[in-house]
Amino acid sequence: MTTELLAGLNIELDAEGFLVNADQWTPEIAEEIARRSGIEPLTDRHWTVIDFCRKDAADQGTPPTIRRITKNTDVSTKEIYQLFPKGPGILASRIAGLTKPKGCI
Amino acid sequence: MRNLVILGGGTAGTMMSAKMRRALDPKEWSITIVDQDNEHIYQPGLLFIPFGIYRAKDVVKPRSRYVPSGVDLVLSEIDVIDHEANEVRLADGSTLPYDFLVIATGSRIVPAEVEGLTGPGWHENIFDFYTLEGAQGLFRALERFEEGRLVLNVAEMPIKCPVAPLEFMFLADWYFHQKGVRDKVELVYATPLDGAFTKPRASSLLGGLLEKKGVKVETLFNVSSVDGEARTISSWDERVLSYDLLVTIPTHMGSEAVERSGLGDDLAFVPTNKHTLQADAAENIFVIGDATNLPSSKAGSVAHFQGEVLEKNLLRAIEGRELLPDFDGHANCFIESGFDKAVLIDFNYDTEPLPGRFPLPGVGPMSLLQESEANHWGKMAFRWIYWNQLLAGKELPLVDSKMSLLGKWS
Ligand SMILES: Cc1cc2nc3c(=O)[nH]c(=O)nc-3n(C[C@H](O)[C@H](O)[C@H](O)COP(=O)(O)OP(=O)(O)OC[C@H]3O[C@@H](n4cnc5c(N)ncnc54)[C@H](O)[C@@H]3O)c2cc1C
Repeated sequence: MTTELLAGLNIELDAEGFLVNADQWTPEIAEEIARRSGIEPLTDRHWTVIDFCRKDAADQGTPPTIRRITKNTDVSTKEIYQLFPKGPGILASRIAGLTKPKGCI
Repeated sequence: MRNLVILGGGTAGTMMSAKMRRALDPKEWSITIVDQDNEHIYQPGLLFIPFGIYRAKDVVKPRSRYVPSGVDLVLSEIDVIDHEANEVRLADGSTLPYDFLVIATGSRIVPAEVEGLTGPGWHENIFDFYTLEGAQGLFRALERFEEGRLVLNVAEMPIKCPVAPLEFMFLADWYFHQKGVRDKVELVYATPLDGAFTKPRASSLLGGLLEKKGVKVETLFNVSSVDGEARTISSWDERVLSYDLLVTIPTHMGSEAVERSGLGDDLAFVPTNKHTLQADAAENIFVIGDATNLPSSKAGSVAHFQGEVLEKNLLRAIEGRELLPDFDGHANCFIESGFDKAVLIDFNYDTEPLPGRFPLPGVGPMSLLQESEANHWGKMAFRWIYWNQLLAGKELPLVDSKMSLLGKWS
């Protein structure tokens, strides 16, 4: 666990860069985590995904899978990989201030 | 007479039928178990079929032999579960009313989820080994394979026995060495994960073994399509790998019966309480084994550990008592690593695999998180334990359902 200065606040991150305290999340922190992951700036399309992830995680208690995101938004699998290259599930969750998606055990 | 109905006569269902028949008074409770066919496959044995170590006769037995007397075995496809009417309708037209229901319908592979996977080359130079048919086809393909590039791709998580694809690579390395052509065969492991395995410590050990054996690893490879004519496999981020032989671990989903009943999530796994094993949908439905949506491994050993908790909770639910939150995600996997060695890992929801001795703390004879011959013999002995003890719902020697930290070091 490390504490880092993100968007002017001291934020605790775990070893894989996920927020330790979900309620510290702000859109500015999201921009900052995205920038550090090589995504800049966050566009409306990114926010479509991030907003869905946050809403769904609040309802379901766990971050959504890519399958679930593409089923419930107008973002296709192809596009989500363009928006969040390589590991969109992990990346979108990290930026959205959620936990590391399970599904991988 | 009250009815306990168990759906699925595989590892978890058969085991629960034995446990509950012993626990419930036959004068008060009838127990029925349903499966679509009478062939019980020892699935961990499928790993060995492609390499000629086991044959079909070593892994298939009639289900009826393992369902205890006093339990009715019904062979029919399950059509739908009506959890409001408390009944299950079968494809043969009959209806089974229940007081309590256990869903143990496992998971199945759905190759059609990846574009092109079941197109040209399917079961010619593209095989799975998670079905008996696939494993047998792969056996013949490997016999013919003298040189070229073998790519193994895991399509999507979760899969059952997440270590089986790694074991396949370790055994392939051994197999081609035995055949004298290892230097002419390129082995590539393409995984959607960011490393060899899901848990960091085990991942670095297993990643190290892959490297030592000369297996190339493509991480974060999320397959988008297969082109059977060009013999290439592509990822969503537009990486392209060519293959001569493609071994696929396709997308897994829960049973179609679960899907038809509206009881599943996006992959038809049943939302389940992670500690009590009660279905979110109804108080008199419980779920065990691969059919759950839990973040525990989909493995026979996990079904065994869940079984101890489920038996207690079914009895409590019947008596109207509070359920025990006792399932901790415990998993215990032997990982065959080739040349008569294996690695053993033991972990749960919160604790990742640690080194140590197992099952007797400090003594062993098996060692955790490291390769040894004793572990390999443990893996081979598991088949006997499976048919004779696990399916009969007996306790396994010295292993408790809750993970122990004794004899382990961090
Ligand atoms: C290659 C391979 C290697 C493995 N290695 C290991 C290992 O080393 N160690 C380990 O612990 N685990 C291993 N596993 C995993 C293990 O086999 C499974 O986790 C375990 O069998 C799950 O048990 P289950 O009862 O949940 O499902 P299953 O045993 O698959 O049983 C489900 C049953 O439900 C029935 N069913 C489903 N839908 C319907 C329907 N609509 N109508 C009627 N019947 C239906 C099916 O026919 C099936 O018999 C391995 C699996 C594979 C494929």
